[in-house]
Amino acid sequence: MAMAGQDTAVRTGRITRLFIYGILLVFALFYLMPLFVVIANSLKPLSEITGGNMMALPGVWTIEPWRQAWSVAQIGVEPTGLRPYFLNSILMVVPAVAISTVLGALNGYVLTKWSFRGDRIIFGLLLFSCFIPFQIVLIPMATVLGKIGLAGSIPGLILVHVVYGIGFSTLYFRNYYASFPTELVRAAMIDGAGFFRIFWRIMLPVSGPIIVVTVIWQFTNIWNDFLFGASFGGQTQPMTVALNNLVQSSTGVKEYNVHFAGAILAALPTLIVYIVAGRFFVRGLMAGSVKG
Amino acid sequence: MANHSSGVDFRTGLQEWIPKLVLSPSLAAMLVFVYGFIAFTIFLSFTDSKMLPSYDLVGLENYARLWNLSSWWVAVVNLFIFASLYILICTVIGLMLAIFLDQKIRGEGILRPIYLYPMALSFIVTGTAWKWILDPGIGIENSMHLWGWTSFQFNWIKDRDMAIYTVVIAAVWQTSGFVMAMFLAGLRGIDNEILKAAQIDGASNFSLYRRIVIPLLRPAFLSAFVILAHLAVKSYDLIIALTGGGPGRATELPATFMYSYTFTRNSMGIGAASAVIMLMTIAAIMTPYLYAELKEKT
Repeated sequence: MAMAGQDTAVRTGRITRLFIYGILLVFALFYLMPLFVVIANSLKPLSEITGGNMMALPGVWTIEPWRQAWSVAQIGVEPTGLRPYFLNSILMVVPAVAISTVLGALNGYVLTKWSFRGDRIIFGLLLFSCFIPFQIVLIPMATVLGKIGLAGSIPGLILVHVVYGIGFSTLYFRNYYASFPTELVRAAMIDGAGFFRIFWRIMLPVSGPIIVVTVIWQFTNIWNDFLFGASFGGQTQPMTVALNNLVQSSTGVKEYNVHFAGAILAALPTLIVYIVAGRFFVRGLMAGSVKG
Repeated sequence: MANHSSGVDFRTGLQEWIPKLVLSPSLAAMLVFVYGFIAFTIFLSFTDSKMLPSYDLVGLENYARLWNLSSWWVAVVNLFIFASLYILICTVIGLMLAIFLDQKIRGEGILRPIYLYPMALSFIVTGTAWKWILDPGIGIENSMHLWGWTSFQFNWIKDRDMAIYTVVIAAVWQTSGFVMAMFLAGLRGIDNEILKAAQIDGASNFSLYRRIVIPLLRPAFLSAFVILAHLAVKSYDLIIALTGGGPGRATELPATFMYSYTFTRNSMGIGAASAVIMLMTIAAIMTPYLYAELKEKT
């Protein structure tokens, strides 16, 4: 898929190749450096950061900063650590991903196999909604969530993420199903199979890859979201907002090592997904840049 | 579009309505939460809303006041600086890495994921990491001093004139690998026969890329530009985590301006007007692109 196909047929000389490897290596270091700094400094006592070199490995290795970040550090006014916020994020992400993926699959199925007058306009509107700056919906969303009593709650955040996630999940499934032979669907119709039966028996069994791509994309986006969490989270903030509160807190000594440990905790879920299923992550990214 | 007429004869009664019924919740949600909300925000931008929405129309006053605010101009100029450098540097790095990785490189399977992993992180995590790396007290500057280069200075993040460039550094770090992936996919789609023919004609590698390969990558350039431009306009989290809009207001962008005017300065009318301008900017970039994409797919 994204990276398939052949390498170039261009031939390069020895010195050119050395130069190319050099540049590629320098950039690899550039991308890895922050990861190294964050991990190394999350395992140091604070004195080694303030009095030592950030680029050095720990002299004394300690997991105390991780413990602090997880269950002791002061977030806002409460010394709870990041644990409850991690839980908030999980409780928000799982239903939001599930609902938006199911809706996206059904929408994509309707838009490709049961097309009707005006379906292209509907898809165009959905597509555009993927790219709006969310500032344009913040004020009405705050008002509406307040009115229906979901402000500052997990269900409120789930609603927001589902509503603004449908566009992308529909886009993915539509592009995937568009290349699925319509003849098969038509044959099933002739045999008397209904809408859901065809979806269940014919479409779903071939949807594995696109389901993985969509789930990963939605998971990454919703886990990493900050704007909606900060605007509508209230007391039930997700992980990103809590991390920012921890880092920006102006009281007391700046515990850099705890901040670094917190940053890893916030990054861990999406990083694990990337390591385990990077191929699908890249596919989602490429499909998200519309070229499907 | 052969499937437009698919199975018309077989749909009867309820069957015909089921697809539309299935689509309707999403459609309703989109019409209310996206387009209805956009309409409402546009409406608010013409009212004298302060802390809460108000329904008294004041015409274009909010827009007039917005463009007279020096802090809005700071945000707009910052966006211009940030977006141009961000798009330019990401494109250059992305294209270079893609071309280099395409030369039958040993270890491509290791390098590629290293270039791309920042894309999996939240901008808040990226911002937090770079905030301390760029901090002169404990970060790179301090490291250089400890390594013996005592005259080394790198305090951009504390410098009003330079802080916006630190945002560029962190943002490029996060997304340039993604741009690399887009170009690499484009490169792998180019027919090698074309390249071989040009080589037989004696074209040098440099002119091969300049005259044949890069022009063939036009679609990838366009996608990269559109994606990066819309990310730039939407940039919010990174600013919050990296600089908090500071020092002073030196790194405010329209997205942070909108938030602070609406929710902390109680000028909802002006905040709504700034959101409308952000939307119009993105619409101007995205609409022609999406329109062309949709037409192409027919």
